[in-house]
Amino acid sequence: MIDDWILRVEQLSKHFGPTCPDCRRLTGPDTGRSQCPRCGTVWACVEANLQLNAGEVLGIVGESGSGKSTLLQMIYLALRPDSGHIWYRDNGGPPRDLTTLDRYEARLFRNTKLGIVYQRPELGLNMRFSVGGNVAEKLLLAEWRHFGRIRARTAELMVKTELPPERIDDEPPTFSGGMLQRVQIAKALASRPSLLLLDEITSGLDVSVQARVLDLLRRIQWEDRITMLLVSHDLGVVRQLARRTIVMKNGHIVEAGLTDQILEDPQHPYTQLLVSSAL
Amino acid sequence: MSHPLLEIRNLHKSFTLHLIDGREITPVRDVNLSVAAGEHLLIYGRSGMGKTSILKCIYRTYLPTSGQIWFDSHQFGRIDLSRAAESVILSLREREIGFCSQFLRVLPRVSALDTLCEPLYRQGMDRATAQEIGREWLQRLGISPALWQASPLTFSGGEQQRINLGRAFIARPRLLLLDEPTASLDEATKQVVIAMIRAAQAEGTAIISVSHDLAGLGAHATRQWTFA
Ligand SMILES: Nc1ncnc2c1ncn2[C@@H]1O[C@H](COP(=O)(O)OP(=O)(O)O)[C@@H](O)[C@H]1O
Ligand SMILES: [Mg+2]
Ligand SMILES: [Zn+2]
Repeated sequence: MIDDWILRVEQLSKHFGPTCPDCRRLTGPDTGRSQCPRCGTVWACVEANLQLNAGEVLGIVGESGSGKSTLLQMIYLALRPDSGHIWYRDNGGPPRDLTTLDRYEARLFRNTKLGIVYQRPELGLNMRFSVGGNVAEKLLLAEWRHFGRIRARTAELMVKTELPPERIDDEPPTFSGGMLQRVQIAKALASRPSLLLLDEITSGLDVSVQARVLDLLRRIQWEDRITMLLVSHDLGVVRQLARRTIVMKNGHIVEAGLTDQILEDPQHPYTQLLVSSAL
Repeated sequence: MSHPLLEIRNLHKSFTLHLIDGREITPVRDVNLSVAAGEHLLIYGRSGMGKTSILKCIYRTYLPTSGQIWFDSHQFGRIDLSRAAESVILSLREREIGFCSQFLRVLPRVSALDTLCEPLYRQGMDRATAQEIGREWLQRLGISPALWQASPLTFSGGEQQRINLGRAFIARPRLLLLDEPTASLDEATKQVVIAMIRAAQAEGTAIISVSHDLAGLGAHATRQWTFA
């Protein structure tokens, strides 16, 4: 059970810009910059390594711009890394490097094995489709064909995510902020993915609404033991769900550890700052 | 005595406070101790001496600075907890090592029953079975059924502490780390907790407690160790 990993990210890197010989020296956590002052290149994610074990929630914290979303988008196969590998395996099967998939394979993989939820519902949802239409879209892309089964799955997902099933034909703009996040979660879970990616999904919500979304995720985790990568700038959110946490700053992972260790015995100066300002 | 379940050798723990000019604090210096299955070792000493830090090093909430913490694991054999992989530590926390901190850290909005059962859910036990066990424990801990569905956030200190203890005991760990387990309890509840500790010992659980309660809890410990 210990080596029960499903995703292993190795030396994953992404930069935006032309690069220059001084880039790497002038960026990173020690300089407090992601952007090279010479050439303007942004080093969004540099040589990231992480492992996700089946059924766990791994938290990623860091200030805005630290590279969390870039890392997540690469894992979602929506952004091509410059270098590095993303190994994936099902139930201890042979590892596959997802960075080698072609566009068609990547799309199928994304729609069957991955789910993603964004801070902004319009990124995760088609705002002109009903709830039913959104879930169906995801299932059709995952090659579900039977209309009745898609409809039934949608109803089931609405119950699971505490949405009134009679609103299956309503469109997203008629839902509240907290409900929209739950619609996104329903859509993300539609094809029973092995990995759920969550990018700041409670940021910008009222505290009580945020709480309900986190409760829902906790229940889903307890019930389905689905593996989650939970990105947040808020250590308070991560501590509620993740048992291991990674800390990012200026495109680099500066610390990784058990969440209680990160909170009570942070090693890196930046983590110490993050923890002391969160308390 | 057979060879110990836990054996700590030359444990040191220092903190480097980067935000305060890199100041160093060393609460644990050269600690050596061991505990065997069925034993209860009580650590006694003035507050601020680093007793809790020892427990947190064992549980790996703190990263030990140097020394070894040998644990005789069912799953992994004899391993050094100070260096074990995080996934190993998590698995040990799920199945072999329980920790009851001085204060309950409750998840907001989670009921007392679910808070108590969480370690069982984490083991993958189905909810119905887990909750049946959970209800037995709540009864044993003397928590009124009226409170089972409520959040422990609003419970009294004593009630919270009982939930906290229940969480540590419920998964039947082989090693239990208890930080001031009886501190906020009335006399009757204290006796319940002492009985729980003795029952766990009788099943072969090794216990390390940190306590000031020499007369109560201390009278039942196998050994006392003064930390100075
Ligand atoms: N497509 C892009 N082009 C240029 N810079 C980008 C692009 N995407 C992200 N960045 C930059 O990369 C850095 C990391 O961003 P991001 O991954 O969004 O961080 P986070 O999610 O932690 O807030 C930021 O400086 C951001 O402006
Ligand atoms: Mg982001
Ligand atoms: Zn440059």
